[in-house]
Amino acid sequence: MFDDFFTRALIGGIGVALVAGPLGCFIIWRRLAYFGDTLSHSALLGVALALLLELNITFAVFVVSVIVSLLLVILQRRASLSSDALLGLLAHSALAVGLVVLAFMTWVRVDLMGFLFGDILSITTFDLTLIWGGGLFVLAVLARIWRPLFAATVSYELATAEGIKPDQANVIFMVLMAAVIAVSLKIVGVLLITALLIIPAAAARRFASSPEQMAVTAIVVGVVSVWLGLNGSLEFDTPAGPSIVVAALLCFVLSLIPIKVPYLRK
Amino acid sequence: MLVSLENAGIFRSNKWLVRGVSMGVEPGEIVTLIGPNGSGKSTTAKLALGVLATDEGTASRKEKLRASYVPQKLKLSPTLPLSVARFLCLTNKADRHQITAALRATETDHLAAEQMVNLSGGEFQRVLLARAILCSPEFLVLDEPVQGVDFNGELALYKLIEDIRNRLDCGILLISHDLHVVMSTTDRVICLNGHVCCSGTPANVASSAEFKSLFGERAASGLAFYEHRHDHEHRPDGSIETRDSAPDGRRGPEGGVSPPPASQKISSANPANPNRNNQDKVNQDV
Ligand SMILES: Nc1ncnc2c1ncn2[C@@H]1O[C@H](COP(=O)(O)OP(=O)(O)OP(=O)(O)O)[C@@H](O)[C@H]1O
Ligand SMILES: [Mg+2]
Repeated sequence: MFDDFFTRALIGGIGVALVAGPLGCFIIWRRLAYFGDTLSHSALLGVALALLLELNITFAVFVVSVIVSLLLVILQRRASLSSDALLGLLAHSALAVGLVVLAFMTWVRVDLMGFLFGDILSITTFDLTLIWGGGLFVLAVLARIWRPLFAATVSYELATAEGIKPDQANVIFMVLMAAVIAVSLKIVGVLLITALLIIPAAAARRFASSPEQMAVTAIVVGVVSVWLGLNGSLEFDTPAGPSIVVAALLCFVLSLIPIKVPYLRK
Repeated sequence: MLVSLENAGIFRSNKWLVRGVSMGVEPGEIVTLIGPNGSGKSTTAKLALGVLATDEGTASRKEKLRASYVPQKLKLSPTLPLSVARFLCLTNKADRHQITAALRATETDHLAAEQMVNLSGGEFQRVLLARAILCSPEFLVLDEPVQGVDFNGELALYKLIEDIRNRLDCGILLISHDLHVVMSTTDRVICLNGHVCCSGTPANVASSAEFKSLFGERAASGLAFYEHRHDHEHRPDGSIETRDSAPDGRRGPEGGVSPPPASQKISSANPANPNRNNQDKVNQDV
């Protein structure tokens, strides 16, 4: 059944949607959308380095993302620049450096569009193993740190005061984000990873009255978007990654239609 | 001793937010911090909890201390789907009965299924308190816990705080601007203004002639309380000027602090030399 490229794409996409949902919720709760953008933009630098040093692309992207997120934490503590300026600076310089490095390597033929917008239809069985193996591992770790991470998300001070060690959970969370960006690179590409993380979670917000409910709903929205997007791209011959994001956007727009749900009234 | 601060100070943005604070909280005791806005009460509470690290002196806590915290302000993001019941078990595991009991104690059990972002200010404050008492803490820090609570509720909540102290025998660090309550329900009062200005038992403080005049004056003109008893002046920039002696240009005088009358247990500590006057019961306990 994995022989069919479409099936592989579907399974890979669903694997990514599974981890993107809960992680996306934290990105929304913690207002980290720009942070996600920065990490995913720097993924291209990872790609360039992988080609240059002949490393596994997913692995190189993961390492670069972890380094960039640690760099951000350090810079935010020290620099007097505001964090949105820092994020923009890091994101676009990493993207630019990545593009320049790629341009220098005239001997490798790179499908740049594939990295920018994803190349879900070229997913191999090995990629699938990586996505599902990595994805399930990320979910397991996330479940383990869920409680302290959520407490730290609600209030860092409260969590610290009451004996929860939020810093540890925060660092693990960043590593998980780097991992998700690395495995979803092939599905939606550098430019659209953040969309896949936050749009399903944003669509889920309206229908959730508890954090866990929001995470599960985000997964469902993500899976539906992948399914819709891939079928749509087949039907209308559109690029797969952007089609998935458009499908997610449709779900979000649908979620805005006012239906009476009591706890949503602000 | 549950928590003790020893000559603790914290330095941020080129100034000492508080300095030379020595205090401690014992099990079963209510210690209250009073002082004008910006005097470092919340900062001191955070030092005691370990939310902020000391830049000078030490803060020590009992091993594995079960602490609960009602912060002065807590801003929840509207993107968080968080019901009152779920909020109560944020840092602790609790069953339905415990949650209902804690909410009932603060008269908010009808709100259990509400979303936190939809609560009114007073309701929110009550829920914060319910959360703090949920898992029988050993050490409770309440930073202006009844702000925005209605008149009857205020009395009831202060009574609840006393009940909890009696029932759980926990140490409570209370921050309050309500001097009536502070004087009638707490074991020890510490007056802060960037440093410990004076401290002692409320009975001793209240029986002093100074306090009586302070108390009257405060009711009439707000913060007169803090000026009257002082042997020093606070300049707007936070530095200190000793009365009857020339300012030395640095924070705090080298000398010139007159010791408080021996008949009173109010003590006066100088930030540059906080252990100078050691009649203070708090300092002796540490
Ligand atoms: N991170 C910080 N950096 C710089 N200054 C700070 C910081 N945190 C607090 N301050 C300053 O420290 C002083 C003490 O603040 P704190 O919140 O402890 O006052 P407070 O006694 O609790 O006042 P209030 O009665 O208004 O609650 C204030 O002047 C405040 O501006
Ligand atoms: Mg305060």
